[in-house]
Amino acid sequence: MEELVNLFHGFAVALQPFNIMVMILGIVLGVIIGVLPGLGGANGVAILLPLTFSMPPTSAIIMLSCIYWGALFGGAITSILFNIPGEPWSVATTFDGYPMAQQGKAGEALTAAFTSSFVGALFAVVMITLVAPLVASFALRFGPAEKFAVYFLAFCSFVGLSKEPPFKTIAAMMIGFALAAVGLDSITGQLRLTFGSTELLNGFDFLIAVIGLFGIGEILLTMEEGLAFRGGKAKIDLRVVVQTWKQMPQYWITSLRSCLIGCWMGITPAGATPASFMSYGIAKRVSKHGHNFGKGEVEGVIAPETAAHAAGTAALLPMLSLGVPGSPTAAVLLGGLLIWGLQPGPMLFVEQKEFVWGLIASMYLGNLVGLIVVLTCVPVFAAILRVPFSIIAPLILVLCAIGAYSVHSSTFDVVMMLVFGVVGYLLKKCNYPLAPLVLAIVLGDKAEEAFRQSLLGSQGSLGVFFSNTLVGTIMVLGLVALFWSLIQQGYTRLRTAVA
Amino acid sequence: MKHSVLHVALATVALFGAGTVAANAAWEPVRPVEFIVPAGTGGGADQMARTIQGIVTKHGLMKQPMVVINKSGGAGGEGFLDVKGSGNNPHKIIITLSNLFTTPLATGIPFNWKDMTPVAMLALDEFVLWVNAEKLYNTVKDFVDAVKQAPSGSMKMGGTGSKQEDQIITVAVEKATGAKFTYIPYKGGGEVAVQLVGNHVDSTVNNPIEAVAQWRGGKLRPLCVFDGKQMDYDEVIADGKGWKDIPTCKSQGLDMEYLMLRGIFMGPKATKDQVEYYIDLFKKVRATPEWQDFMKSGAFNTTFLTGADYAKWVETEEKRHETLMKEAGFLATAGN
Repeated sequence: MEELVNLFHGFAVALQPFNIMVMILGIVLGVIIGVLPGLGGANGVAILLPLTFSMPPTSAIIMLSCIYWGALFGGAITSILFNIPGEPWSVATTFDGYPMAQQGKAGEALTAAFTSSFVGALFAVVMITLVAPLVASFALRFGPAEKFAVYFLAFCSFVGLSKEPPFKTIAAMMIGFALAAVGLDSITGQLRLTFGSTELLNGFDFLIAVIGLFGIGEILLTMEEGLAFRGGKAKIDLRVVVQTWKQMPQYWITSLRSCLIGCWMGITPAGATPASFMSYGIAKRVSKHGHNFGKGEVEGVIAPETAAHAAGTAALLPMLSLGVPGSPTAAVLLGGLLIWGLQPGPMLFVEQKEFVWGLIASMYLGNLVGLIVVLTCVPVFAAILRVPFSIIAPLILVLCAIGAYSVHSSTFDVVMMLVFGVVGYLLKKCNYPLAPLVLAIVLGDKAEEAFRQSLLGSQGSLGVFFSNTLVGTIMVLGLVALFWSLIQQGYTRLRTAVA
Repeated sequence: MKHSVLHVALATVALFGAGTVAANAAWEPVRPVEFIVPAGTGGGADQMARTIQGIVTKHGLMKQPMVVINKSGGAGGEGFLDVKGSGNNPHKIIITLSNLFTTPLATGIPFNWKDMTPVAMLALDEFVLWVNAEKLYNTVKDFVDAVKQAPSGSMKMGGTGSKQEDQIITVAVEKATGAKFTYIPYKGGGEVAVQLVGNHVDSTVNNPIEAVAQWRGGKLRPLCVFDGKQMDYDEVIADGKGWKDIPTCKSQGLDMEYLMLRGIFMGPKATKDQVEYYIDLFKKVRATPEWQDFMKSGAFNTTFLTGADYAKWVETEEKRHETLMKEAGFLATAGN
């Protein structure tokens, strides 16, 4: 119970008036950062990092982590309202969140997203509080083969569970893999597919692709369909929040499953993006509303948001206890820790108790504060949809352009964004799913790297992916997910044959 | 106006004395200064750049803000080409690591350090040979013998990046000892250290700052440092030992030295005044207690060079990298 004593001490630290002020400021800044597509949590934290140098380390990390929570909350807003995911892990939120907004249920979707985020984060923080040391040693078991297995599972659970024709899914995914391969090959140190262009040295950034494919693509589609947003009749009062809350408990199984997926993916550390995709994919398959996913089903918002936040929160644990950041934002936070003279690693929990438990306590409070801040703003966000399309569309376009530019301060990226916008429009017109493409851009190079590292280590033997129970189990789960439809068909046939 | 700058500078770094006053150059930034990091967020160069940014902000060493920008594409090539193309823009500086030499050699991108103006060497980063503390090797000899006895290539050396400093050291160690490793490249140094703790690789050549936390936690053991002399820092870190107690690799029969440049460059057409301004700025940064703490936490070699000495050092290192990489077969093939 020493942890609990430490935690209460941490609450005392986090509840100091100055720290509460810092917390609210951080959340508000974070939401703004999350709403601006492209700016993203990592850039936002990096820009605001110098602000915190004059604060005591504990206040500083509270502020930075609150910016992080705020950005996590904020990312959902544009995904739902405009189909523009501000962060990689919000992509899965658009699948059902945006259709809901179009049906005039933006308020419900936002409330569900924010509340699930809170539930996911809370679950992960409780886990961090109770089992921090245990979890850290579990993360150590993840070498390249185990990491590849996790990515493999993420891809498989998405392909196998997709409703689209498999060939279209695979075609879209292959385009994603090809785009992910551009840039430096990190295993051989050679440049690939850059054709001598310096702009392509860095490859295709996920954010540029997503802003274009989703944001610009959506604007083009809407223009064609008659210049009208269909979300105009959104209810814009706080009663929506209460009504949505009444509905949410019936989805507790989905929430719990998503929490577990999220925590696991956050620790491993595969991160929030595969967690949100995997959680969405599995929910779609096992839920009794599964057939309705993609058409504006609340459960399709709950699943990815819960998992993404659980993962985002859990990802801080390997950062603190091992010094390995689970996400780009965590990497910048890590840099911050070092500037304040705090060395993340196994000894941080022993030597810097006040700091660690102050941070953990601020995770509880920061999320609560965040939830209150964003929920009170739901009517405001939903009201944005009442602005006529002819006014809002140019604004979105400008925001997208600024977002794309700010990723690498490069005008080339703005051009790329427009190209991706046209590609996204064409793919949608031909009924190709965009999600597998995005998933492959985000995880393709990481999966490739882990795969090749594994094979280097095993001297070319594929047996490495079944060499211990951990990696073997994940791989088998992946294969089951991939061939789920076939397995189900086979099982039904067997039963009819027996009967 | 200038007086107030002087004033702040003097107030914060009083110990610097008269030399600084005289050196306060005629040029100073009129726009925010971009501080390019040719590597990703969270790595060694990024940490150093952000520490400098913090020090400059906290002590008010510059009237204009300093903005850290990561341009990590193509193993840092993106950042170098950006500075190369910046002409006479004095509001852009870059911090380098060994990829200053290795990236153009391995990828064939059209860049050479002579396309930039050298400003100052801030420090040199050490490399240490690490093994997992559970393993029985206590000396370099134990370890090298174990590698030789194992089937060829079954011992794994983890490192940051491909055909960069860690792999160059690995190849040099193989050459010096006759042992054979399988080198596995990872994205970041912290990740490499954790892979060693989890026994997914058998050894690493991590920088001190990347592995110190795991050493303090009793998970890793340092065998030797790839420097001509032992490190200066005598604070105890683990098992009653500090950085100072790590023997040099040469004294352990592994004749190899390697130090990594942490230096500053700026655009090709920088004037003398502009270079002087930044030299002066970094002198002030180096005098702050925060910088000294940072040097200590990463056990850096604090050599500071400017002007012709610095350029000469870089030139020697460039030749050495070319030889090392040629021997290892890492040079880009023609037409790549």
